[in-house]
Amino acid sequence: MMSFPSLLVAIYKRIERGIVPILLIAGWETFSRSGILPPALLPAPSQVVVAWADWVFGTDGNTQSYSGRWIFDSAASAFRVFSGFLLAMLLGVTIGMAIGWSRTVEALIEPVLQILRPVPPVSWIPLAIIWFGIADKPAIFLVFMGSFFPVLLSAIHGVKGCDRDLLRAGAMTGGTTVKLLCHIVFPAALPSIFSGLRIAIGSAWMLTVTAEMVAVKSGVGYVLWDSYYFLRYDIVIASMISIGLLGFLSDFVIKRIAAHVLRWQRGSTLQTKGG
Amino acid sequence: MALISIDHVSRIFGDSNRKTGIVALDDVSIDVGRGEFICLLGPSGCGKSTLLNLIAGFDEPSQGTVRVGGQVIRRPGADRGVVFQQPTLMPWLPVWENVAFYLKMQGIGKAIRREKAQRFIEMVGLQGFENHFPSELSGGMNQRVGIARALLMNPEVILMDEPFGALDEQTKMDMHGELIRIWRESQSTIVFVTHGIDESLALGTHVAVMSARPGRIRELIPIDLDRPRDPTSTAFNDYKRHILSLLRPEPVKDWA
Repeated sequence: MMSFPSLLVAIYKRIERGIVPILLIAGWETFSRSGILPPALLPAPSQVVVAWADWVFGTDGNTQSYSGRWIFDSAASAFRVFSGFLLAMLLGVTIGMAIGWSRTVEALIEPVLQILRPVPPVSWIPLAIIWFGIADKPAIFLVFMGSFFPVLLSAIHGVKGCDRDLLRAGAMTGGTTVKLLCHIVFPAALPSIFSGLRIAIGSAWMLTVTAEMVAVKSGVGYVLWDSYYFLRYDIVIASMISIGLLGFLSDFVIKRIAAHVLRWQRGSTLQTKGG
Repeated sequence: MALISIDHVSRIFGDSNRKTGIVALDDVSIDVGRGEFICLLGPSGCGKSTLLNLIAGFDEPSQGTVRVGGQVIRRPGADRGVVFQQPTLMPWLPVWENVAFYLKMQGIGKAIRREKAQRFIEMVGLQGFENHFPSELSGGMNQRVGIARALLMNPEVILMDEPFGALDEQTKMDMHGELIRIWRESQSTIVFVTHGIDESLALGTHVAVMSARPGRIRELIPIDLDRPRDPTSTAFNDYKRHILSLLRPEPVKDWA
């Protein structure tokens, strides 16, 4: 039989992580209803939930043209994130491995990349629009610009960090350069590549939303900006939370894939199970 | 004819900062016959690892030639299996994949790799750990995986660079026993680098005592002791005394 204090501790442990979020939401609700600010400027969480429910399920039509369209808006954004991210991943890993492996490739390509790298991805918006018009393409281009460099740098870093003795062991078994790259350098670089991918997916979502605000007429970012014009701050907040959730979800997927692919690291790092 | 023949080999490492060269090996000649177990013994800096790297093909001599089976060595190859100082396993591959890494490089299918690995996993006594990752095993077990990987290639020569240096005394002694058994079973030729006098006398059919700066071979001593070798026996200690006298610092005039 559990004693009363230890029961309290058990209950506390259960709810520990939820306490601050619940207090924040309750405080926000109270503040919005208190009338200190005009209700339109900071909609109460309950109002956001109502707007969001209609956006997702088409419950009462309060979001008008967005009613029931959430899944399509999210899919449109996710498609852009995925396309740009995939492109960045393929090119970033390939070019990064070439730079990390070959001094010649490094000398030829790296200076150009290092000059382009500090250019903020959003500053490509004007060129992206004149090159690709208003549709998916400029958004995908921006996502690519934002996620390419983290992947590239992490791949270079991963290849350079590859233990030379592993390569000697590979050479000893008679492996050709291509085989050594596939079977030793690439797997050795994977932990670093995955940390780059996680940074990249974050900036991918940031840039999709930015692109959708200015260069596209669909997606969660577009809904956010459009609702701002119509003074629907409840939908603005619902969009913000949606983006946060989608970003969290995509990071979670990468994390799970990494945990599976890098399962050999368990026991050799501080990472705990399921990390 | 000797299996490994090292003919007047020198290796000078350039030091671009000081515009001088460091003589790691100075005119070294030595022959190793098939089936021999030769220990390269010497203090750090005597060039014993350099010599091993030359045989492995990781490095090229500045002068002279290194031949294995009559072929001049220019690059690493599967005819020379190397067991490194650190286990140097692919940490992302389970034990059996590491053991069969050579077959993977040859593009051989998974089923055959798995089957061929098993014999060598058993030879080094790791049955039951086939699917463990290196990070889940102890240092001694990982070193056995490294040995199994080298054996699977069925190499002419096995080159070992202080493979048991990181192990405790007890594990080291066990590994010595295992290694001698494996060497007899596989009838291979082993070149074994060590700085331990006892280790070299426990293992080798020959001990090449080296001296440092510049790296030279002081003496090649054939070891005529019964196995298993008793490190407390008189004969063992006579060899040890002789080796110690060789390893004592040479008179100062030789340093110039």
